[in-house]
Amino acid sequence: MAGALFRPLTSGNRMQPGTDASFIKPNDRLTSFERLEIYNRQYWFRILGCFYEDYPGLRAVLGDSKFERLARAYLAKYPSASFTLRNLGGRLEKFLAEEPQWAAPRQALALDMARFEWAQIVAFDGEARPVVEIDSLLGSDPAKLRLALQPYLSFLALDHPVDDCVLALKKAALRGEASNAVEASPKSGTRRAMPLPKREKIYVAVHRHDNGLYYKRLEPEAYHILTALRGGAFLEDACAEALASAPAGDWAEVVRKWFENWRQLGWFCVQ
Amino acid sequence: MPANAFNGFSDYGIGIGLRIPHYRHILEKKPVVDWFEIISENFMVDGGRPLEVLDRVLEQYRVVQHGVSMYFGSADPPDREHLKRLRTLVRRTKTPWLSDHLCWGSVDGRFTHDLLPMPYTFAAAKHTAEKIRQVRDFTETPVCVENVSSYAEFHASEMTEWEFLSEVVEAADCGILLDVNNIYVSSKNHNFDPYEYLNNIPAHRVGQIHIAGHSKFKKYILDTHDHPVLDPVWKLYAHATRLAGVTATLLEWDDRIPSFEEVHGEALKANRFIHALEAVATP
Ligand SMILES: [Fe+2]
Repeated sequence: MAGALFRPLTSGNRMQPGTDASFIKPNDRLTSFERLEIYNRQYWFRILGCFYEDYPGLRAVLGDSKFERLARAYLAKYPSASFTLRNLGGRLEKFLAEEPQWAAPRQALALDMARFEWAQIVAFDGEARPVVEIDSLLGSDPAKLRLALQPYLSFLALDHPVDDCVLALKKAALRGEASNAVEASPKSGTRRAMPLPKREKIYVAVHRHDNGLYYKRLEPEAYHILTALRGGAFLEDACAEALASAPAGDWAEVVRKWFENWRQLGWFCVQ
Repeated sequence: MPANAFNGFSDYGIGIGLRIPHYRHILEKKPVVDWFEIISENFMVDGGRPLEVLDRVLEQYRVVQHGVSMYFGSADPPDREHLKRLRTLVRRTKTPWLSDHLCWGSVDGRFTHDLLPMPYTFAAAKHTAEKIRQVRDFTETPVCVENVSSYAEFHASEMTEWEFLSEVVEAADCGILLDVNNIYVSSKNHNFDPYEYLNNIPAHRVGQIHIAGHSKFKKYILDTHDHPVLDPVWKLYAHATRLAGVTATLLEWDDRIPSFEEVHGEALKANRFIHALEAVATP
């Protein structure tokens, strides 16, 4: 039965002709094939529906029909491997790197958006560890100090300002809700709500605060410090490498303010 | 007084599912509700808003856990990481019992996220019962297993669904979460008498009852949980409570969810039957 369930539907959303249903009993109203088909369709509608909800930004980038083709191809190659539907998009970035043709001609933008939307899922309910007290680190040698960052944090270097796009989408959705117009035309609504962004390098942290979801743009040097720390670099090395090619200036003060801000946000945690 | 051996919580009353559209109402208005049923998986997360909401609900209410992914009938053994997550949540909620479905849903690590019917064989019953025991032992919590609604039957089956359910719960020595809507839906899809089903299961093992709404299609009935409870389902509910005694009851409403008051009001209709039963019991 499992083989039949996972099998992709036809373009008309029916079970593929020739699927073996002989192990199912027919009844007075439905054939074996028709009874099995209820489950085949139910499986695909459920996971496609969930994927659709999780990726409004990617949907807006690709348009509904291309998004749906991508979703079917992705979920056929990488069916859910987790007890929870929350992880359904966990291998989307990998899939888009392997099979970029599904997002053509907007491969780069689609990949940025997919990474950004997955980071939001992680930030929503990812693990938060106890915050480390900076006082306890005073006197530590920065050459030998490692700082752990909260598991729910993602730091992304992207080629498109997708954070602005997603905010615009959310605003449009709120307007739609207020006017009760969401149901009327979801397709045209999502597309018009988000003008496609031009290429622009951005660095962004996706995080949460008081259990609300936030995005925070980062200076490139800040991004490099944070990713180096997350990679396990010593504090001194992380800063030195990130600032090696930075323009001249009073970086000590700038970096001190960054760390103060990150500390206030609770980003540093116990190992 | 428990109505039966597996129903130590006869007086738990009538609960409803804890659902996102009602969070704000519940946290702000703090309505009187006997208990909430949560979908365990929604809270088997590492952190963030879901657990914050759960903790606030736990400050005010009794919570019972209901699972959708243990797949007692799947061939794979229970995943240890999964069991640990479940146990962590059990310790947080202090749920008096746990429930999940008599179904399968995963194969070789791939998940369907559906509650799929099983072939009713003696071998499957034995395997399923063993898995239920493992979950109960690991979580140190009583387990009730729930009958699912279905749209297909297998040639391989060696018995009826109610015989299979009885076989499993006797072998596992566990409780039953009796979903009377699911019995009704399946009875229409498979042409059996739902009262024969009710009359032939070990009623003394019923620890919880589910009621829900469903949708009728031309050739089959779908278990959609997006309607008020229909009359024939209330009649089955009344019969089930006569057999099993007053039992903790929960209304499932999972799609097109109306206001909190509407859902709760619908659930409280079960009181008609409970009070009628209590009136008979007290001379
Ligand atoms: Fe149920």
